[in-house]
Amino acid sequence: MARAAQRTEASALSAFLAAQEKKSLLRFLTCGSVDDGKSTLIGRLLYDSKLLFEDHLSALEKDSRKFGTTGGDIDFALLVDGLEAEREQGITIDVAYRFFATEKRKFIVADTPGHEQYTRNMATGASNSDLAVILVDARKGVLTQTRRHAYIASLLGIRHVVLAVNKIDLVDYSQETFDAIVQDFAAFSQRLGFSSVEPIPISARFGDNVIATSERTSWHKGPSLLGYLETVDVDTDVAGKPFRFPVQWVNRPNLDFRGFSGTVVGGRIAKGSAIAVAKSGRKSAVKRIVTMDGDLDEAVAGMAVTLVLSDEVDISRGDILSVPEDRPEVSEQFAAHLLWMAEDELLPGRQYLMKLGTATVPVQITALKHKVDVNSLDQFAAKTLHLNEVGYANFATSHPIAFDAYQNNRDTGGFILIDRFTNATVGAGMIDFSLRRATNVHWQALDVGKQSRAGQKGQRPVVLWFTGLSGSGKSTVANLVERALFAEGRHTYLLDGDNVRHGLNRDLGFTDVDRVENIRRVGEAAKLFVDAGLIVLVSFISPFRSERRMARELMGEGEFIEVYVDTPLEVCMERDPKGLYRKAKSGEIKNFTGIDSPYEPPELAELRIDTTTAQPADLAAQIVRHLRDKGYIG
Amino acid sequence: MREVAAEFANPVMLYSIGKDSSVMLHLAMKAFYPAKPPFPLLHVDTTWKFREMIQFRDETAKRLGLKLLVHINEDGIARGINPFDSGSALHTQVMKTESLKQALDKYGFDAAFGGARRDEEKSRAKERIFSFRTATHAWDPKNQRPELWRVYNTRISKGESIRVFPLSNWTELDIWQYILAEKIPIVPLYFAKRRPVVERDGTLIMRDDDRMKLHPGETLEDRLVRFRTLGCYPLTGAIESDADTLEGIVTEMFTARTSERQGRLIDSDEKSSMEKKKKEGYF
Repeated sequence: MARAAQRTEASALSAFLAAQEKKSLLRFLTCGSVDDGKSTLIGRLLYDSKLLFEDHLSALEKDSRKFGTTGGDIDFALLVDGLEAEREQGITIDVAYRFFATEKRKFIVADTPGHEQYTRNMATGASNSDLAVILVDARKGVLTQTRRHAYIASLLGIRHVVLAVNKIDLVDYSQETFDAIVQDFAAFSQRLGFSSVEPIPISARFGDNVIATSERTSWHKGPSLLGYLETVDVDTDVAGKPFRFPVQWVNRPNLDFRGFSGTVVGGRIAKGSAIAVAKSGRKSAVKRIVTMDGDLDEAVAGMAVTLVLSDEVDISRGDILSVPEDRPEVSEQFAAHLLWMAEDELLPGRQYLMKLGTATVPVQITALKHKVDVNSLDQFAAKTLHLNEVGYANFATSHPIAFDAYQNNRDTGGFILIDRFTNATVGAGMIDFSLRRATNVHWQALDVGKQSRAGQKGQRPVVLWFTGLSGSGKSTVANLVERALFAEGRHTYLLDGDNVRHGLNRDLGFTDVDRVENIRRVGEAAKLFVDAGLIVLVSFISPFRSERRMARELMGEGEFIEVYVDTPLEVCMERDPKGLYRKAKSGEIKNFTGIDSPYEPPELAELRIDTTTAQPADLAAQIVRHLRDKGYIG
Repeated sequence: MREVAAEFANPVMLYSIGKDSSVMLHLAMKAFYPAKPPFPLLHVDTTWKFREMIQFRDETAKRLGLKLLVHINEDGIARGINPFDSGSALHTQVMKTESLKQALDKYGFDAAFGGARRDEEKSRAKERIFSFRTATHAWDPKNQRPELWRVYNTRISKGESIRVFPLSNWTELDIWQYILAEKIPIVPLYFAKRRPVVERDGTLIMRDDDRMKLHPGETLEDRLVRFRTLGCYPLTGAIESDADTLEGIVTEMFTARTSERQGRLIDSDEKSSMEKKKKEGYF
């Protein structure tokens, strides 16, 4: 008897395990406007699919009485809104991930915020989802938020949408209202490229059409929400795409083994297949596909493996391995959509770090083509992007990288932008296409080089970059240094902030965006003069660390000397040689450094000079001495 | 995991000896094979763990040939902190949270793996996979870095650190199915056996050593029990079960009606206790 019972149990278990293995996984997100009932819907899905544990349920009943907004009934939203602040304010401020399974499928739900200031969190949820459930309050219809979320879902590559018209109970289960909302949404979404939009009338609070179809909406002929989610085909056939393998880590436990570890993010690779390193174009073949459970004959998308190649090829972290006949693009310039996710506005011209797959490179936005109005999908010109805004821009990286278009492969076409100083993730980009001119415009090799030009002048070219507040004495000292050098027969050029603004940078103002561009142009100009073999003196307030670092990185090793003219603000204000501080304080001039625009002092300047304790002539002599000591002049 | 090994100077894996840690460690062995994981294991010992756990810990490190660091908050010991007299909240704060911070500071780790899962608890559902911590180990849930695709921002300044949760998207059932499929060794306490337990406040506590004094009216009885989750023995409730094989556990799991953290006394201490602990630096 006992044995028979054990046998039934064992076969129940193996049936269960077999069923588990066959289940596919659907990752979807729920989004919509504030109070449309997203959290309630997820709570309802968990509750009605009997996936709540008893202790969670009893805590929920207790919480419902305490915070609930449903008058003593179970408030399902409380189940999902995890953070204290959310429970108190009744809104979802971060992405919460929930897991549930039915007999047919496993689900990971990203519950994302409706509030406008958390749009970036929604994008986060969308980046890993295959389908979006967009909720609309039947009483309110399609709102700005609805449009924004539909647009962001489409931007992040979601092709399947459920339009869940919630609170249908509050409009008396009216088919008319439902149809009007569906039409309204369709008019907007037809430009978004979704391959399917499934409208379903639901009541999350009472469960209509959530798990089972409801009698009260007998006019609705389609499936229930869960019925649809269980069967929808989201065709994410990454295994059918060209082979892509971003190298994460070079596996080198001893001298006899050299493998490349990572996850296949597209296609498949078999033992013996030819591969190419995307960037260098070097070819080899797969000798072994190594895992701890033994070598494999083939690896497909989603598998983490270590590849051993048949040749010694120079490969490091950040490289992408691909099939030779279908390689990723390699370029240092590309066009991409960009969602801005930081409080501080985007500064085109500033250098950010870009992380794409396993590669991290410095990048600049070379042209912000347009901004997108998420209500009308209209495009209009913009100089910058603010938090939660979407734009389309050209990017230039400091050296070529390998990538695919985002629509072909999310893993090799999606990237994040990182601020170099705060290390915050400030933007998310989706690559559209490579700008071919990068591949076709090659450097013209010139016969006379920097070295020979400088050699003729008997000096080593260098930039002396004077930074400091207005009135700190930058120009005075720089001028004296140039005079001294000129007197010795050195070849120099002085770029002065005010003078350059009369010509090259005449079109720029004093906003942060313009200040960054100002410095970028001056940096490039200084670079050309260095190339010409000159000693270049740059006298610019240059208030931001990022841009001074960018200028430094434009030059070669040892070609940049930062001179911090460290005069306290009070002294500068007292000197006020051009009367500017007086005007700034009275509000006549806006964005004045030190008054209503910040100055970030250098941390590692090569030279720091103090104009309050020494005469300008002495300071100039000190700088010339430094040039001599370091061998820039003989 | 390879992302962390490639981008951080000094990573460590928090090893709590439980089933999640066992799975995480197994994944690390796989991720770096044939090399060994290029980081040590760290166990924050509260001195109140089950003896079988400690034995299993030492055997595991030896079997896999990995470096194991054990940290005990000596200051807490000196202050006489223990789960009975100090209460579970203070005990956890001092012997786990504080102790963990001490250990991370002592070795200067810039990244630490933890086995937490999003399905365990509400505030953990919002945790990032790469979770940023300030130089004082604090977590700011309102200011988390957006995490798109599989691209993780690993950049930090000196003193700051990242906690990494590779099992974020696993459920308890996934863990058990994986242990079964991969035959991963786990602490024997997960299997049903007759053990000396006492019923206290509705929870079955196993008396693992004589530091636990019986209250008047309490009796020690041998019952057939196992554990769904493992922590400090005085704070971990056993369940009555006859599942003495992995197959038995999985069968029990797919019919389970209570969550695993129900056996953890620290979670129900006060409202939002997990979120509070996490802000303070708990895993």
